[in-house]
Amino acid sequence: MPEVFVAKIADLPEGERKIIQSGAHDIGVFHWDGQFYAYANMCLHQGGPACEGLIMHQVEDVIGPDKTWVGQKFSDSQVNFVCPWHGYEYDLKTGECVPDRSLRLKKYKVVRRGDDIYVAI
Amino acid sequence: MDLPLSNDRTWSVDEFDSGKALAHAARQAKQRNYDQFPIIDVDSHHYELESFNEILEYMPDPVLKQLAKMANSGNSKGVGVMPGGVGYQDMGGRAIRYPLRRIEKPEPGVHRDVSLTRRWMDAMGVDIAVLFPSPMLQLGLHPQVEAEVALAFAYNRWLSERVLQEEARIRTMIYLPFNDPDASYRMVKEFAGKKGVCGFMITSVRFRPVHHNSYMKVYSAIEETGLPLAFHAGYNWGEQSMGMMNKFIAVHALGFVWYNMVHMTNWVLNALPERFPKLKVIWIESGLAWLPFLIQRLDNEYMMRSSECPGLKKLPGEYITDMFYTSQPMEIPRDMSLLESTFKCIKAESQLLYSSDYPHWDFDLPSTIYDLPFLKEKAKRDILGGNAAKLFKLDIGKDKLAKVA
Ligand code: FES
Repeated sequence: MPEVFVAKIADLPEGERKIIQSGAHDIGVFHWDGQFYAYANMCLHQGGPACEGLIMHQVEDVIGPDKTWVGQKFSDSQVNFVCPWHGYEYDLKTGECVPDRSLRLKKYKVVRRGDDIYVAI
Repeated sequence: MDLPLSNDRTWSVDEFDSGKALAHAARQAKQRNYDQFPIIDVDSHHYELESFNEILEYMPDPVLKQLAKMANSGNSKGVGVMPGGVGYQDMGGRAIRYPLRRIEKPEPGVHRDVSLTRRWMDAMGVDIAVLFPSPMLQLGLHPQVEAEVALAFAYNRWLSERVLQEEARIRTMIYLPFNDPDASYRMVKEFAGKKGVCGFMITSVRFRPVHHNSYMKVYSAIEETGLPLAFHAGYNWGEQSMGMMNKFIAVHALGFVWYNMVHMTNWVLNALPERFPKLKVIWIESGLAWLPFLIQRLDNEYMMRSSECPGLKKLPGEYITDMFYTSQPMEIPRDMSLLESTFKCIKAESQLLYSSDYPHWDFDLPSTIYDLPFLKEKAKRDILGGNAAKLFKLDIGKDKLAKVA
């Protein structure tokens, strides 16, 4: 499977993302919690640049033991990237569309070779 | 510019360009051969507060003008002048063009509104866009009727002279200060026939009954021009019933339909289509799903209570399907046969007009129409441009004005 160079690890620091294009492939590569993830930069909604928007932690409700709504907070663990066109949120670690996890972006394999990162296309 | 994110992170962004942000739309335009037929966008927007000082130069009332100029000179632009309040259209910046628009630069020597509007039009393959304001969609809630009138005249004169004169691809339907019927009448008289004016528009968020006798002269004047009248939907979290809702999604989902349902019901049951048979009416930005509901509901009750509506010569729903609708925000249901039925119910092939609503958060690309599996190519092209060209009597011919790369 051909590989496309993404970046030197030092040039894609924790919390950042890079968009690469190779032929018909338009791919977003994310560096999060020490891991790299790569997805098709093509939103399942209207085809927007799904990987180019905000990276936001999942919003969660805080429900008390008596079932009352106490407030809301950002998740400590789940993080999403958000399509900038209309706000579809995708789980950064799986590429699943958060409101309907049966939908998911095409995932690419990320290969680390020394100080370099590649994606297999 | 630093954007605040979750858990106290920030993201620094240096530049923004509406055209580049829509590069995927440009790709769609090419793949779907939008260079082969005209696309007319019947509902799009700009942010008039970005040009508020220019607009205020056209303000007829010198006292209101000074008040507004002072209000706009501080840190909170326009606050105190324009109604409107709580609302999170930008979804906390997730619709990233909202905050980043502030750092977008126009082409040198071109008016900002012309420059930014052309960028997204070319990216989407849109030839002609009908442009409306944004915060002014709530101006009908202004407690001072004279302030709505003064701002409306100022905005329309500014738009006409500074934007419509500069770019023939941008058109508008003139904002009517509907809380004042006489001023609305004067507005029709002043702007009918001006360059770029393709109709008249009432913002739906307001509390005036459209069947009140004081409006009949306004409708007559519009009917005489041969141009359409549009009702543009909106939301209002200040409405008492909306005050029970704790989420913007709820206020938006119901609000954008609610006011048009009220006006449409009054319009039809008071037999205004019979009184103004040549007046073409467009309902903007309520989506489509409300129409089968309202048609069924009114038809069913009318069969039992026709004595209350003696002016009608046919079923309420038959008047509804004679009117025109913009497509956005088109609900895409899980079961697409529902959408297909809706299209059939409203005679979409002749009555539906494509609209993007760009740059608002729930905009629709032309592909929302073009990719529908149940439409033939001719119907797609009619909805995307042909129906609007006929309705507005546009002289676009077969020319393609957008630059589809
Ligand atoms: S195209 Fe991505 S959210 Fe609409």
